[in-house]
Amino acid sequence: MSERQERHTIAVLVDNEPGVLARVIGLFSGRGYNIESLTVAAVDATGQLSRITVVTTGTPMVIEQIKAQLDRLVPVHRVVDLTAEGPHVEREMALIKVTGRGEARIESLRIADIFRARAVDSTTESFVFELTGSIEKIDAFIALMQPLGLTDICRTGVVAIARGPAAM
Amino acid sequence: MSESQQHDAERPMSGAEIIVRALIEQGVEVVFGYPGGAVLPIYDALFQQNSIRHILVRQEAGAVHAAEGYARSTGRPGVVLVTSGPGATNAVTGLTDALMDSIPIVCLTGQVATHMIGNDAFQEADTVGITRPCTKHNWLVKSTDDLARVVHEAFYVATHGRPGPVVIDLPKDVCINKGRYQAAGGVAHPSYRPRTKGDPARVAEAVELLAGAKRAIFYAGGGVINSGPQAAELLTELVRATGFPITNTLMGLGAYPASDPQFLGMLGMHGTYEANLAMHNCDVMVAVGARFDDRVTGRLDAFSPNSRKIHIDIDPSSINKNVPVAVPIVGDAGSVLQDMLTLWRQRGSQGDRAALAAWWQQIDGWRNRNCLAYRQDGKVIKPQHAIKRLYELTRARDAYFTTEVGQHQMWAAQYLKFERPNRWMTSGGLGTMGYGLPAAIGVQIAHPEALVVDVAGEASFLMNMQELATARQYRLPVKVFIVNNQWMGMVRQWQELLHGSRYSESYMDSLPDFVKLAESFGAVGLRADSVDQLDAVIAEMIATPNLVIADIRVEQRENCFPMIPSGRAHYEMILGDGASADTPDVTDAGLALV
Ligand SMILES: Cc1ncc(C[n+]2csc(CCOP(=O)(O)OP(=O)(O)O)c2C)c(N)n1
Ligand SMILES: [Mg+2]
Repeated sequence: MSERQERHTIAVLVDNEPGVLARVIGLFSGRGYNIESLTVAAVDATGQLSRITVVTTGTPMVIEQIKAQLDRLVPVHRVVDLTAEGPHVEREMALIKVTGRGEARIESLRIADIFRARAVDSTTESFVFELTGSIEKIDAFIALMQPLGLTDICRTGVVAIARGPAAM
Repeated sequence: MSESQQHDAERPMSGAEIIVRALIEQGVEVVFGYPGGAVLPIYDALFQQNSIRHILVRQEAGAVHAAEGYARSTGRPGVVLVTSGPGATNAVTGLTDALMDSIPIVCLTGQVATHMIGNDAFQEADTVGITRPCTKHNWLVKSTDDLARVVHEAFYVATHGRPGPVVIDLPKDVCINKGRYQAAGGVAHPSYRPRTKGDPARVAEAVELLAGAKRAIFYAGGGVINSGPQAAELLTELVRATGFPITNTLMGLGAYPASDPQFLGMLGMHGTYEANLAMHNCDVMVAVGARFDDRVTGRLDAFSPNSRKIHIDIDPSSINKNVPVAVPIVGDAGSVLQDMLTLWRQRGSQGDRAALAAWWQQIDGWRNRNCLAYRQDGKVIKPQHAIKRLYELTRARDAYFTTEVGQHQMWAAQYLKFERPNRWMTSGGLGTMGYGLPAAIGVQIAHPEALVVDVAGEASFLMNMQELATARQYRLPVKVFIVNNQWMGMVRQWQELLHGSRYSESYMDSLPDFVKLAESFGAVGLRADSVDQLDAVIAEMIATPNLVIADIRVEQRENCFPMIPSGRAHYEMILGDGASADTPDVTDAGLALV
């Protein structure tokens, strides 16, 4: 049995009904699986279906279990392992508050520019930056903001979709 | 539907009437339940009809276990009705039990009125929250118009795919308000469509693997029973056609006729020597409706290390969960076995006959250890002997057996022999003490003429003995066969073997006089104190047309063997002292004592 840990992004299409998120989260906590990130929102016009994107880590056997366990939940329509299925796009959005004056403040604006982060709120002593990108890009941005007066981080968690014309 | 019924369908009905009507349409004949404020509207609707019989239990856990016994002995879903709050929480153990053992149960729970939910109202509990992890699915119904659809969906979910318990939580106002009925025909589940037909390519691969095997074994579990009696027949045909041995899990007993020479008995922690060693030494394993539970596999990294495994299961999440398999086949056991049998016959293969003979020779060597032998010397009844005699004196009667949990359960699994499925009801996955008596009640309700015996331990029996009153109320001639060792025997055994004989809180002090107890419930009480009384007591128990408690006083310190201490490998079995000495062709390097 391999102990190799893998990180997988899994998309789950579910009935948009009360308790469905609790079922998914309960599955992960009850069976001791990791959740690195989880996002959910209704995705069809009538609001009957929601799409959950969950990023998890585990051995290949555990990843297979997670998918099989998700698939067996009654309100789950489809489970797609985006990491296993091929190329896909992953994005996360973050709102990041940096406070301070003087050189640090100017430096934060310079870095934000390099990262194509937008200042969506500013006062004389603070910025709120909006940044979209991969997890790694956001991690890097946060690391750079740390010494420049970073006070608040809010991240959406990952959303992901397969590349190419095929739909889920 | 008749015209008057059709007309009826359009007439607005109360929620409670809709529920009862939906149950009737689902073919429900019996509901096990206990009333309370939140479900009074449903009890009122039950009172005004004659199609469904309600069985009043004495505690809600008893209702679920009774429904489990009913379900497991008939193949039909068991139905439960309990009130909100404590009614629902009392049902939780039974629901968890049914989930672990894949028993189809539809449990209706009362709930406070919708506008009071979340206010800590009297007898409010977050039932869907509490039961989410112990049900296959659950629903809180918020509108009377949804009731019929949800009930039909609930039966569909409970009985399709891997069966399991479901809960429908029913706020009181939803049951009182008027709404419209919806017939079952119009209800198809939008997302839940389990696969039942195995992938033909995989089936072919499995048959090829089996045909090339030199030392194959079938390992069949409760999934075969759940699939229906036909699956057990197909399994029997396939096993006989191949000539390979078969072992059953605790839940699978009865899936293959125990009297057949190819049957090696149960495997696992208290399984037979030959079954466990055959599993350990096989080159191809065919797991059918079994889930590689830790009580079966023992230490995982030493489990059947040299075999290629075929796993047939309706639940994809059971496959590759504990043990990686070479050929996974997702599908219904009956359907896949049928396909395998057809292919096996088409192939006209006899397999490797010489290898098969050698394999059987090896197995017979293990069998000759006679691992279930015990010494009945002296007057004190050996518990194994009590159960063996129970079997021998009931074997002609197509009896149904339930058990409680402990040593007596394992001895029952070892010494009762089942020729058919659906005759054996035991709490396997959860190991719930107190399961046996209510389960026996459920069985007896479904099979009023049959001999139904609860093989009990005295400690377990005390956990749900209030159900004696239920049995008495409905004149159910259930037989409670108490293997009374005055200890929580299984706990005592582990303490002896693994905790230096420090018997911490495992002695059952202050036991009731079971004969008087029986009499106080209007039952017949019998007692056997010594081995010369045993047969007469069993015979009298069988002959008595009433509820009976037979208090069988047995050896207090007997241990249940064979035993694989938990966390050990299959070859590390401890045998009882009745078993024969080592035979030359057995390598028991690992026959370690703890
Ligand atoms: C509800 C519950 N509590 C505790 C246990 C742990 N347990 C397993 S076997 C056992 C002892 C059972 O004693 P008894 O019913 O007398 O059976 P025996 O082992 O003596 O045959 C206990 C306490 C359990 N299985 N179920
Ligand atoms: Mg006991």
